[in-house]
Amino acid sequence: MASDQARMLELAKSEPAWPRPPLWSMGLGLAVAASLLAYPFVFTSPFSHHLVILILLYALMAQSWNVVAGLSGQISLGHAIFFGIGAYSSTVLFVKYGITPWIGLVVGMVLSALAAVAIGVPTLRLRGHYFAIATLLIGSSVQIIVQRWDWVGAASGLYIPIDRTSPWLYLQFHTSKIPYYYLALGATAVGYGLVWLLRRSRFGFRLQALRDEPDAAASLGIAIARHKVLAFMISAAMMSVAGTFYAQYVLVLDPERLLSSEISIIVLLMTVLGGSGTLWGPALGAAILIPLSEYSRIWFGGTGRTIDLIIYGILILAVCMWRPSGILSLFEEGIRRRKGSAP
Amino acid sequence: MSRDLIMQAVASGLLMGLIYALVAVGLSLIFGLMEIVNFAHGEFLMLAMFAAFWLWSLGGLDPLVSLPLVAVMLAAAGALVHLGIIRHLLNAPMLAQVCGTFGLAVALRAGAQFLWTPDFRTITNPWIAGRVHVGPLFIGQPQLVAGAICLLAFVALWLFVTRTETGLGLQATAQDRQAAAVMGIPTERMSALGWAIGLGCVGVAGTMLSTFYYIFPDVGVNFALLAFVAVALGGFGSILGSLVAGVLIGLVESLGGLLIDPSYKTVIVFALYLAVVIARPNGLFGRF
Repeated sequence: MASDQARMLELAKSEPAWPRPPLWSMGLGLAVAASLLAYPFVFTSPFSHHLVILILLYALMAQSWNVVAGLSGQISLGHAIFFGIGAYSSTVLFVKYGITPWIGLVVGMVLSALAAVAIGVPTLRLRGHYFAIATLLIGSSVQIIVQRWDWVGAASGLYIPIDRTSPWLYLQFHTSKIPYYYLALGATAVGYGLVWLLRRSRFGFRLQALRDEPDAAASLGIAIARHKVLAFMISAAMMSVAGTFYAQYVLVLDPERLLSSEISIIVLLMTVLGGSGTLWGPALGAAILIPLSEYSRIWFGGTGRTIDLIIYGILILAVCMWRPSGILSLFEEGIRRRKGSAP
Repeated sequence: MSRDLIMQAVASGLLMGLIYALVAVGLSLIFGLMEIVNFAHGEFLMLAMFAAFWLWSLGGLDPLVSLPLVAVMLAAAGALVHLGIIRHLLNAPMLAQVCGTFGLAVALRAGAQFLWTPDFRTITNPWIAGRVHVGPLFIGQPQLVAGAICLLAFVALWLFVTRTETGLGLQATAQDRQAAAVMGIPTERMSALGWAIGLGCVGVAGTMLSTFYYIFPDVGVNFALLAFVAVALGGFGSILGSLVAGVLIGLVESLGGLLIDPSYKTVIVFALYLAVVIARPNGLFGRF
C-alpha cells in the first residue's frame, strides 16, 4: 500500500507539469524574436523605430497591469502612479544630483514597490469595485498633489537637461533611436520572461487559485493578502521600469500626462483587448492599439481630433460584449478547432 | 476665520451636494439592480450638459424649459444603453464589465471632443442669474434653483420607488432578481427602467449644472469620481444613502477647501472615501 503510494508519487513527479510547447509555437516564437531583433535595420525610418519602441513599452506596462489583474484578479485603476514614480525617481535624481538614470531605475523600482505596499495593504482586501474605485481615487489624488509639489516642478513638470558626454551612462541618445529600441526590447523581454517564470512558479499558481476561488484558496492555507500585496509590488516595479525608460525617451516630465488616469486605463484596455490573464494578450493589445493611435494622429492631425480614442472605445466595448476573454482566445480557438476536439 | 465665511461655505457645499447626490443616485440605482458600476456615468452628465447647451444656443431654449426634454433624452439613452450594451455584459466576468463601461466612456468623451472641440462653453444669459442675500450670505440664484430642483427630483424618485407598484418591482428586483422573476416581475424591463431613471436623474442634474458651470468634454470626469465616492459612502444600492452622502461630500469639499486648501478639496473627499471604505466596506448606510 505504502509502496503503491510512493510509486504513484514518483510517477506524478516525473510527469512534466508543463508539456513541451509544440514545435510550431517554438518556431513562431523564434521567428518573432528574430524579426524583432532585425527590425530596426529593415525599417530604418525614425518613425518606424518610434512606433515599435512605443509598442514594446506599452506591452511592458500592460503586462505589469496583467500581473495584478490577470493573475490575482484585482482591477487596479491607478497604475499611472507607479509609471510616474519611475519617471520622477530617475529624473529628479539626475536633475538635482546628477545621478545616472541606471541608479534612478533601481530607486524607482524600490520606491514603487514600497508605494505598492502602502497602497495595497489597506486596499487589496477590498473586493471588486471598491478596490477599483479606491485605486482610481488614489491615482487622481497623487496627480493633484504632484501638480502642486514645487520641488518636482509642480504642474509644469521637469526637463531632463541634454547631456551628450556619455550616452550609455546618462541613457540619452540623440543621433539615433536604435539604442532606445534595443533597451525597450531588452526591458520588455526581461519583463515577459519574468512573468513567464512567475506564472509557472508555485507563487503564480497560488495567485491564480486565489483569483478563481478565493475561499477555497484561503481554506487551503494560502495567505491571500500577502500574495496579493506581493503581486502588486512586482507589478509596480515593472511599471516603474517603463516609467524611467519613458522619461529618458521623451526627456520631459509632464504630470498632466504622465500621471493621468488615461495611462492607467489604456493599459487596462490593452490587456483586456488582447486577453487578460494570458502571457501574450497584453503584447497583442499593445500591438493593435499603439499603431491605431499613432497612425490616426498622422492621418487626422494632432490634438482635438480624437478619432483613435473613439475607435479604442468602440473596439473595447465590442470585445467585452462578444469576446470577454480577448482577441488572443480567437486564435487559440482556431488552433484547437484545426487540431480536432483534442483537449 | 469668520462665522459668516463658514456659513457661506456650508450653504454652497450643501447646494452643490444636492447635485452630486442626484448624479450619484443614478449610479447607485443601476448598481443595486445589476451589480454593474457604470464608469461612463460622468460622460452621460457631460452629454446632458451639452444637450442643454445646444438646445439653448441653437434652439433658444432656456435650460429651465429644456429640462424635461433633456431628462427624457437621457432616459431614452439609458434604456438604449441597457438594451444595446449592458444586457450583453451581464454574464461577462467583472473585468469585462468594468472595461465595457470604460470603453463606452472613452468613446463618448473622445466623440464629444471630436464633434465639439475641447473648448469651454457657458450658457451666458440664463433666465435665472445673479444672487440673493439671505442674512449675511450671498447665494447664487442658479445654484439655489439647481439645488431645489435636484431635491424635488429626489423626492419624486423616492415617492416613485416606495409608493408605486413599479417602484416596488424595482426594489424587489434589486433585492433578489430570481425571486422577483418568480413573482412575475419583468426583471429585464426593470433593469431597462433602472437605466432610464438613473440617466434621467443625470439629465436633470446636468441641465441644472449647465446654468452655472463650464461645459466641456472632460467635465464629467470629476463629477463621476465624486459620485463613486457618494455611492460607496452611501452604500451601493441605497437611495437615501446617496442623498446623505452627496450632501456630505458637498460639505466636506467646500469646508475642506476653505479650512485646508482649495486646490486639495477633491483629495480631501477621496481621503474620506478611503477612510470610510477601509473601516466600513459596505458604506455608512449599507444595507447588507
